[in-house]
Amino acid sequence: MTDTKKTPLLDELEKGPWPSFVTEIKKAAANNLSSQDLLGQLELSYVEKKAHWKHGGLVGVMGYGGGVIGRYSDVPEQFPNVEHFHTVRLNQPSGWYYNTKALRQVCDVWEKYGSGLTNLHGSTGDMVLLGTTTENIQTIFNEVSNFEAHPMDLGGSGSNLRTPSCCAGPARCEFAMIDTLDLCHDLTNEFQDYLHRPMWPYKSKIKISGCPNDCVASIARSDISIQGTWRDDIKINQEAVREYVAGGFDIDGLVVSKCPTKCMAWDGNELTIDNANCTRCMHCINKMCKALRPGDDRGATILIGGKAPILQGAMMGWVIVPFMKLESGSGYEELKEFLEKVWEWWDENGKTRERIGELILRLGMRNFLRAIEVEPIPQMVMAPRANPFFFWWPEETVQD
Amino acid sequence: MAQARTDIGPPLYKEMLPPVILENYGKWQYHEILKPGVLVHVSETGAKLYTVRAGSPRLISIYFIREVCDLADKYCDGYLRFTSRHNIEFLLSDEAKVDALIADLSAIGVPVGGTGNSITNIVHTQGWVHCHTPATDASGIVKAVMDELFEYFTTMKLPAKMRIALACCLNMCGAVHCSDIAILGIHRTVPKIDHENLHKLCEIPTLTASCPTAAIRPNPKLKSVDIKAERCMYCGNCYTMCPSVHIIDAKNDAVSIWVGGKISNSRIGPRFSRLAIPFLPNNPPRWPEVVDAVKHLVEIYAENAQPGERMAEWIDRISWEKFFEVSGLEFTDKHIDDFTLAQTTFRSTTQFKW
Repeated sequence: MTDTKKTPLLDELEKGPWPSFVTEIKKAAANNLSSQDLLGQLELSYVEKKAHWKHGGLVGVMGYGGGVIGRYSDVPEQFPNVEHFHTVRLNQPSGWYYNTKALRQVCDVWEKYGSGLTNLHGSTGDMVLLGTTTENIQTIFNEVSNFEAHPMDLGGSGSNLRTPSCCAGPARCEFAMIDTLDLCHDLTNEFQDYLHRPMWPYKSKIKISGCPNDCVASIARSDISIQGTWRDDIKINQEAVREYVAGGFDIDGLVVSKCPTKCMAWDGNELTIDNANCTRCMHCINKMCKALRPGDDRGATILIGGKAPILQGAMMGWVIVPFMKLESGSGYEELKEFLEKVWEWWDENGKTRERIGELILRLGMRNFLRAIEVEPIPQMVMAPRANPFFFWWPEETVQD
Repeated sequence: MAQARTDIGPPLYKEMLPPVILENYGKWQYHEILKPGVLVHVSETGAKLYTVRAGSPRLISIYFIREVCDLADKYCDGYLRFTSRHNIEFLLSDEAKVDALIADLSAIGVPVGGTGNSITNIVHTQGWVHCHTPATDASGIVKAVMDELFEYFTTMKLPAKMRIALACCLNMCGAVHCSDIAILGIHRTVPKIDHENLHKLCEIPTLTASCPTAAIRPNPKLKSVDIKAERCMYCGNCYTMCPSVHIIDAKNDAVSIWVGGKISNSRIGPRFSRLAIPFLPNNPPRWPEVVDAVKHLVEIYAENAQPGERMAEWIDRISWEKFFEVSGLEFTDKHIDDFTLAQTTFRSTTQFKW
C-alpha cells in the first residue's frame, strides 16, 4: 500500500452538513490503491488549481466504439495507481428505478475491478463507474452483461447516440402524459447500434419528459426533446376546486392571476378555463393537482436542437413536431421513422462535431423541414421572419 | 468467464418497480408534499406511495450505495430510485416507516429535503476529480455551496423552487445554461501552443475548424497553427480537439455566475441564464467568494420575489437594470453579448428604468 498521504485541503471539505464527496473517496481509499492515489492527486489539484488528467486516450471493449472513456494521470510517477483511471458508463434502467439486488451486484463487480467510486448518475443519465485500468475493462463488461438477473449494457460516448434518459414517468407521477419509461426503454433497444458504434458527425442526445414541466431538462440538455402534452380540455373537478379554496388556498393570487394566457376565471363557486387559449404550461395543474388534470387526448411535442455552448453557443430545442401520438407499447413506428429522417439529414450534411441544432442554423430550417418531410406551421416559431430577404425554391418561380 | 453479451440494452425498468407501483402504474391521481422531502402520491385506486427524497454528493462509493441499499431493504422492500438532480428517492408503501427511515438517514449524515419551494441538489460535472478540461473543480464548490445553503434544502421557505447547477467549463456536461443560478468555470486567456508537438498529435484542418470565432489559422512554416488573440473567446474547444493547444491556466481560470434561467414551461417558458458575475477567483478548498455570491443571490431573491415567482419571473418583473441595482452587482462590458445571441439582447426601445 502506498503511504496514506496527508490531504489538508480536501479535509476542509469533510466539514459541514452536506454529505461529503471527500469522505466517499476516503471510504473507497481505505480498501483501494487507485482511490488512495486519486485522493492524493486531487489534493495536488487543490494546491495547484488545475486538473491532472491527460488528454483523452482510446480504450474500449470488443465490438463497441464507445461506453468507456480513457483517462490517464499526467503525474503517474507520483500517483502510479491512477496512471490508468478510465470511466465505464453503464446504461441505467428507465427513470433510474432500481432494486437493491441490481445495485449491489454492480457494486460487487466494481469492488473487484475498479476504484469503488461512482457517480449516480452522470449528466447524460448513465451509471458512471469512475476509475479502472485498461486490462479490467473487458472483464467488467463480461461480468455485468452476464448477470443472471438484470444484466447491464454499456452506455454511449463519442460521436454516437448517447444513452437516452427519461423522468419518473407514469410509475410515480400523475402528470406523465406519455409512458416515458416504456418509450425510453424501447428507443434505447431499437437504436443499440447507433448507441454503441459511433458513426455520426457528433453526439446526439434524446431525453424524454412526461409533461411540459420537463424534469429531465430535455429542452436544454438534448438534441431531441420529447415532452408529453395533450390537445383536448383540462379536466376540472369543481368540488375539489372548492375544497382548495375552502382550505384557504389563494386561487386568484396563486393560480388565476398567474395563468400566462389569462384563460381562467374563478367566480367564487366555479372555475372556468377557455381551453382554446390555453398553452398547456402546467401551472394550474401543478398547483391544484387534486382538482385539475390534463385532458385525455395525449401525445408529445418534439423539439430539436438543444445543446450546451460548444460550438455555436447554447441552444434550446425548437418545436418541430407540435403533437405526435405515442401510445405505450405501440412500438412507436411514426417516431422512429421521424428520428431516422432527422439523423439521416444530419449525418449526410453535418460537419465534424456539428450538432443538429447548429446544422439547422447553418443550412436553414426550410431545408431541414423539407428533408424530413414536415410541413411548416405557425406553432414552430415565436414570430414569422422580419428579414425581407428570403429563399424561394426553383419550382416556385417562373424559370426561363 | 463468459464472453460479454453485446447490444442487450438497459435492464428492464419493470423489474425495478415495487408492487405498489406496478399495481398503480399510470393511475396516480395527485400528490402532496407532507413535509420537506416527503411526498405522497395517491392513486385512483386509493393506494398511496410515499417518497422520501435524500441528498447525495453524486460522487459516491460502493460502501455508501450499500448503506443506501440496506435502508431500502429495511424500509422499502428493496426499491429506490434516483432523480435527475442526483437525489436518492426511497419508495415506501407504509407511511408508518417514513420517520424511522428519516432517522436512520440522519444517523448516517444524509439529509432529507429538496421538495417544493426549496433548493434541491446541485447538478454538476466532474471537475478536477476526473476531467482534463476543467477551469475549476465541481464537487468541491458544490459541497461548499450546499453546506451554506443547507437550510434551503431542508425547508421550503423560498418564494418558489430554485435550481442551481454547476459546470466546470464551457463544455457544460452539466448543461447549466437554463438554471435559476448557474456556476460556470471559465478560462480567460488565449491557449498556449506547443508548436514542437502539435503536428504529431493533431489534425490541423480539424483544429482550425473547431474554433467558433475563426481565431485559429494554419502556420505551414511550423506545421502548426497561430491564434489571433483578439478573436479568441477562450471556449477551449480547440483543446478538446488538440492536446497541444493548452487552455488550462491556473493563474487566470475562474468562476462566473449566471442567473434567471429556467427549464419548465410553467407560466413563462424555458429561458437561458444570463451573466450576473463575470469573475470570481478560483479559491479552493471552499471557494468563499463563490459561496458568498450565491448566498447573496439566494437571499435577495428570497427577500424580493413574490410568492410563486422563480428568479427569472422576479427579474422580468423588476427589469435587469433594477436587478443590478438591488443586487449591488457591477455591470461591465462583459455583460453585453458579442457572440451569436448579441442582437437578441440589445435594447431597441426608449423604455427602461432608472
